[in-house]
Amino acid sequence: MKLIFEKSISGRKSSLLPACDVPEVELDAAYQRQSELPLPELCETDVSRHYTQLCQRVHGVNCGFYPLGSCTMKYNPRINEEMAALPGFTAIHPLAPKASTEGCREVYETAARYLCEISGMDGMTFQPAAGAHGEFTGVMLIKQYHVSRGDTARTKIIVPDSAHGTNPATAAMCGFEVVNIASAPNGCVDLEALKAVLGPDVAGLMLTNPNTVGIFDENILEITRLVHECGGLCYYDGANLNAVMGVVRPGDMGFDCIHMNLHKTFSTPHGGGGPGAGAVGCKEFLKKFLPKSVLMEEAGHIQVRMFEGNFLVVVRALTYLMTLGKEGVPEAAINAVLNANYLMRKIQGTFEPAFDRTCMHEFVLDLSEFKKETGVSALDVAKSLIDRGMHPPTMYFPLIVHEALMLEPTETESKQTLDEAAEIFRDLYKLAFTDPEYMHAAPHHAQIGRPDEVKAARNPILRWEQA
Amino acid sequence: MGSYVPATAAERREMLQAIGMNSEKELYSDVPASMLLDKPLNIPSGMSELEVRAKVEAMAAKNRVYETVLRGAGAYDHYIPSIVKYIPAKEEFLTAYTPYQAEMSQGILQSIFEYQTMICQLTGMDVSNASVYDGATAAAEAAAMCRDRKRTVTLVSATVHPDTINTIRTYCFGTNHELRVVPCKDGRTDPEALKEMLTPDVASMIVQSPNFFGQIEDAKALGEIVHAAKAQYILSFNPISLAILATPKECGADIAVGEGQPLGLPMAWGGPYLGIMTASSRMMRKLPGRIVGETTDDAGNRAYVLSLQAREQHIRREKASSNICSNEALCALTAGLYLATVGPDGLRQVAKQSMAKAHYLADALCAIPGVSLKYSGPFFHEFVTVLPKRDEVLSALDKAGILGGLPVEDGVLWCATEKVTKAQLDKAVAIVKEVLA
Repeated sequence: MKLIFEKSISGRKSSLLPACDVPEVELDAAYQRQSELPLPELCETDVSRHYTQLCQRVHGVNCGFYPLGSCTMKYNPRINEEMAALPGFTAIHPLAPKASTEGCREVYETAARYLCEISGMDGMTFQPAAGAHGEFTGVMLIKQYHVSRGDTARTKIIVPDSAHGTNPATAAMCGFEVVNIASAPNGCVDLEALKAVLGPDVAGLMLTNPNTVGIFDENILEITRLVHECGGLCYYDGANLNAVMGVVRPGDMGFDCIHMNLHKTFSTPHGGGGPGAGAVGCKEFLKKFLPKSVLMEEAGHIQVRMFEGNFLVVVRALTYLMTLGKEGVPEAAINAVLNANYLMRKIQGTFEPAFDRTCMHEFVLDLSEFKKETGVSALDVAKSLIDRGMHPPTMYFPLIVHEALMLEPTETESKQTLDEAAEIFRDLYKLAFTDPEYMHAAPHHAQIGRPDEVKAARNPILRWEQA
Repeated sequence: MGSYVPATAAERREMLQAIGMNSEKELYSDVPASMLLDKPLNIPSGMSELEVRAKVEAMAAKNRVYETVLRGAGAYDHYIPSIVKYIPAKEEFLTAYTPYQAEMSQGILQSIFEYQTMICQLTGMDVSNASVYDGATAAAEAAAMCRDRKRTVTLVSATVHPDTINTIRTYCFGTNHELRVVPCKDGRTDPEALKEMLTPDVASMIVQSPNFFGQIEDAKALGEIVHAAKAQYILSFNPISLAILATPKECGADIAVGEGQPLGLPMAWGGPYLGIMTASSRMMRKLPGRIVGETTDDAGNRAYVLSLQAREQHIRREKASSNICSNEALCALTAGLYLATVGPDGLRQVAKQSMAKAHYLADALCAIPGVSLKYSGPFFHEFVTVLPKRDEVLSALDKAGILGGLPVEDGVLWCATEKVTKAQLDKAVAIVKEVLA
């Protein structure tokens, strides 16, 4: 389809503002814009049609199945959107007087109470704008803690090799050296490998549990104990919290701080890549290091962004939490785990799970044998799923499984959807043996064929230019 | 209680059976039993949609919505056209993940490519990324882009928004780098002090214009001073002002960042907002975050993809340019939509009217004995006045439904946008006059 710039007609416009009712002022020429302002010129019909056309070329979780592992693509309830659009929330200035923002504070205080209880933490902040920003904030708590005690020899953060790339990148942004440790054959932390790197130079460990292969690490108490014993702190990456919320709490696993992706676990929409919100919780002894916010008003707190955080995202998450309540939170987790196990077993026999055991909210398929037999790759299978109207799973992650496809169905998918999805996987498995060429060339019925990513990187075209 | 789980009790039993289990407890057999919660969460019971609505609406009702907003300081009350609220609420845009699968995400990818283009058109800069969290983190990320082994120090003007300075300070503390604040003189960056502070270890200097006090900096001259010392020049801008003010490109910026909230996003008590991040081509591969690029598909058709991913955390892990992953894509879509809706003429109108109204307000306030402008430089839509009986004045305005300016140091930082009418401004001024009479 055409770009919006290719639809621009010189002189076309919308009528939005009245004439200016005060005298115009002239800016000193030295400060004026010299170049033209070449923005597109359209009327409202053009704009409406253009964006409607664009949205028809997007697949959201509210449109269909989206088993993108580690991203928790659950249904995004509409009531959340309506609450976040209330003028009593949208029209509030971030620096408005305290007396005029009691409702906003109530949202934060209530959401903090719910999330502290779910995570087993004592303090909470809503400053971070996304998961990675939450990681940054959380690891900065660890850094401040050590620095405040004059313990500056702690320069290392331990990260398992199965971790999401944001973990090592975060540790580096906080000035730490990253120590990667290899996982055990079952995908969990290798206790011997962990012990080998623990010492007085370790600031902490970053871990997600269940881990990125969807397995709950049964040694978790031993892991956090060992890290604490050497003087380090334990950071919980909440990417996989959906599996265990209301069932077991990170705080009870021995973690000192945590981030939660409100845009995953707590049903707020991803918006095609944000805005999210990365609520960060911590144990009592770390509270004084949380960022400045209405929940932490006294001087001396660090700041990780402007103002009060992605407030409207928190409104949505709170709406969801109030809807689910103490019964609905564990119900969601249990059904997320049930759905994942059900789908895994339904697919098994064709594509095989990397770990043949009970999984948590997600599981990883290992297609390396299948690829040897058929020549069809995980990428080919993913692209073939697009032709069947399903969003592909996460591909080639975690890095410890080759030809990985990682599926997370979430609790909001019905048995019928899972049965249909399993049927599609089984179909594609068969097709790979009869017509691998067709799969190499997939997708065949999508918006575009496979894009040339190498060309995009070698010859970057990052903006439209007037021909 | 509320629930979004479709499976009925019978279906759950059937599914458990299919995986060879008798109870839901078995699903968690890997979890040490001592750790499992043995009692319900200590939070209220779930509620129906109708009950939740009433409770959340009651919270919103406890906030005060002012009829007139004369406060800015980083969040601006501009008019948001209806279509700009409606389009981003479409479920396709709203509920998609990051466009990892280009073949089913062309709509998102194209919207970002269009956003990147419009931001380049607005700023004059060569490249834009797909967004970062907000204006403050954009400045912090920009500072990180400029540092190398020899040049490790970041300079920031004292006239930059205090939240931005504090955020940069946190990021610098993270990587153990030094931040030095360049003092101001008469509300603008002091060029003489800057010259002295530009030592050979300085990587970059960050200037905001219009600055926190509303003053338009001599951004071009400051850029020349920074470049003479071979440091990088980072300029923070207000996107609305660029319709009429010299662009970051014209001012010589190597990296230009800004808070995108004025482009169609509500004030929303601080977020979600939009971190705009642009650079010269030379700095392109150092940019953090997502960037969308144009390419072709296997049939030669135009296509869009997430590009230059070799910079990012999922490839480079601890060596990535940033840890950023999710950004503010829907806010970027909104900003692009806003710019397309108002167009060049509309944006100039918004900028000119905001500026005209701020000047009208400044003139009227300064006609009151005891009230005067604190700084002498040119300003866009914000300005600081000296104001006697400050608390009384602000409280009288508050009673009349007017959110007055923000108390800063010994003055008040006022703001006006195109949204306020002459009548509203006259009413505010009359109240100030009455209190000070």
